[in-house]
Amino acid sequence: MTPLAAYLLVAALLFAIGLAGALTRRNAILVLIGIELMLNAANLNLIAFWRYGPHPEALTGMMFAIFSIAVAAAEAAVGLGLVIQIHRHAKTTDLDQMNRMKG
Amino acid sequence: MFEFLDQIFVILRHWLVSFLPAAWQQPAGVVMSVAVIVVLFPALFALTTVFERKGLARIQNRFGPNRTGPFGFFQPVADGIKSLTKEDIVPSSADAAVHFLAPVVLVVAVYMGFAVLPMGRNMVLVDMDAGLLFYFAMGASTELAVFMAGWSSRNKYSLLGAMRAVAQMISYEVVLLLSSVTVVMISGSLSLSKIVEAQNHYTWGLPHWYIFTPWGLAGFVMYAIAATAETNRSPFDLPEGESELVAGYHTEYSGFKFALFFLGEYLAMFSISGLGTTLFLGGWSAPFSWLGWVPSWIWFFSKLMMSIFVFIWMRGTLPRLRQDQLMNFAWKFVLPMCLLNLLVAALWRFLGDGWVKWAVCSGILIVAYVGMGLLEMRRGHIGPRSYRYAE
Amino acid sequence: MSLVFYLIAALVVAGGLAAMMLKNTVHCALAVTVAFAGLALLFLNLDAQFAGFAQILVYIGAVAILVVFAILLTKGSETPKDGVFSQTWLTGLAVASAVFAVLGWAVLQTAPMLPRATATPVVSVQQIGQALIGQYVLPLEIIAVLLTAALIGAVIVAIHEKEGAN
Repeated sequence: MTPLAAYLLVAALLFAIGLAGALTRRNAILVLIGIELMLNAANLNLIAFWRYGPHPEALTGMMFAIFSIAVAAAEAAVGLGLVIQIHRHAKTTDLDQMNRMKG
Repeated sequence: MFEFLDQIFVILRHWLVSFLPAAWQQPAGVVMSVAVIVVLFPALFALTTVFERKGLARIQNRFGPNRTGPFGFFQPVADGIKSLTKEDIVPSSADAAVHFLAPVVLVVAVYMGFAVLPMGRNMVLVDMDAGLLFYFAMGASTELAVFMAGWSSRNKYSLLGAMRAVAQMISYEVVLLLSSVTVVMISGSLSLSKIVEAQNHYTWGLPHWYIFTPWGLAGFVMYAIAATAETNRSPFDLPEGESELVAGYHTEYSGFKFALFFLGEYLAMFSISGLGTTLFLGGWSAPFSWLGWVPSWIWFFSKLMMSIFVFIWMRGTLPRLRQDQLMNFAWKFVLPMCLLNLLVAALWRFLGDGWVKWAVCSGILIVAYVGMGLLEMRRGHIGPRSYRYAE
Repeated sequence: MSLVFYLIAALVVAGGLAAMMLKNTVHCALAVTVAFAGLALLFLNLDAQFAGFAQILVYIGAVAILVVFAILLTKGSETPKDGVFSQTWLTGLAVASAVFAVLGWAVLQTAPMLPRATATPVVSVQQIGQALIGQYVLPLEIIAVLLTAALIGAVIVAIHEKEGAN
């Protein structure tokens, strides 16, 4: 197995773990943690392809990963702000109890 | 002969390593340098605790410790023995794993910062291309350790202290980064050894240290403020305020773990002073060109100890800032000044050589500081200083 | 594949698993921090130093602390009475396993066609800077606008409403 395949498998495994967490946990913050893990897995994929791809001097993969890190941080901030505001309103972060559209 | 003294540690390491087979030489050299750092800075820490206690005492018009050893200089030995032999109490409701790991994570993260500091000519442990970025990455990891300490104690006061400490550290981390970015911009590199080499030139005998430029002086002042806040030193030591929160986030720690927190705080102080001297004070370069014969590592460590002395001086003199005053100061005063400093540094780069750039840059900074200072004072209704003397 | 890669990969996967399976929310946040650190080490293993240090600075220095603060502000450290896993956990697990199966099959099928190990690319920070201002200046400016919008948005979303507005 080539090194690139090994990195891709690790990234796929991390993505699946993040997805499983995002789909099965009750707490909204843990869903956000799962999403962050998925974004990180995608970043790993990008950097692995940059390293073992044909033109690493073009820096495309690394740039993409850096922008992805910045966007993920911004999204985490807004997402957590939303979770805090929901907690203030519904007094809970349990996603199983938020199954109505009416506030 | 002076060049031999300057490079004596490099030559010593090279000579010691030459006894080993070729494949082992490079790892052994690295291990040797790491061992020196791991031993040297705690030794400096021991010396600093004595200086601090005696210095603070003299500022407060009393003697410091003067029983153990001549003039109290064996006090750290006594403190060390006490810390190591005290009973290690862990609260029963505390989260054992996190409670144990917090001081470890703190000390490890702080030690990593020393790897990129150039302590003399050719004396960097790892000469990284992105050395400054690595330093700030390690600094960011210390905040998490502080939070872990406060939360795992299951103590309201610890948690409050930890949250305050983390909020303070995050706010001033932004200031630290922005004031370092001006240096990176002018010297054109993130590598700390290149930044020192860019300052190692002399005009008419005076050095090209960045602190002697208008934007460098402003940047250094802001860096110093942010450094005191990052390491939770007075006047920013509300999180560990001895009279307010018992002992803040390390309330529930005793014995060796408390000694580790103490060590971590002082090592962070050394590390951030080292970075400050590298960025603004010229690192290992001598103040005058005719003093270049003194070994470079002597200059670095003297500048480091002078910064530590200034830290101790500030602790003894200035009153503590309240949490909201601290955060207001960071976000509403220092951060806009940092951004202005960035603009001024850019102007400096493009105004060419001569007196024009000095006049314009100094003018902008002075007007901005005085203007904002007067604005804040008028808003806070602060009049001229009045004195009240004891009867 | 070297031993270092296996160790770091094991650390990352263990961190991720712990983050998704532990009961205490703060423990989950600390476990995901370990996963982030492991990922930064993997980036360093792939000779992407800037990305690795940026990962530590942004994820461990900012996102992890944000998550921890959010947990504390929403009383997340109390264990809920109905258990920590949702009622539909089996479906979620099945979907995640299916996704991993598809991705893993795709990687293993194309493994012989993937590029072999190439020479180490030497990337200096100056090249990254030139790329950011040269070829990638539009994404840079858009990221600046995005971060400003996120900053203002997060403050507005999470701000305490004044008493009179209710």
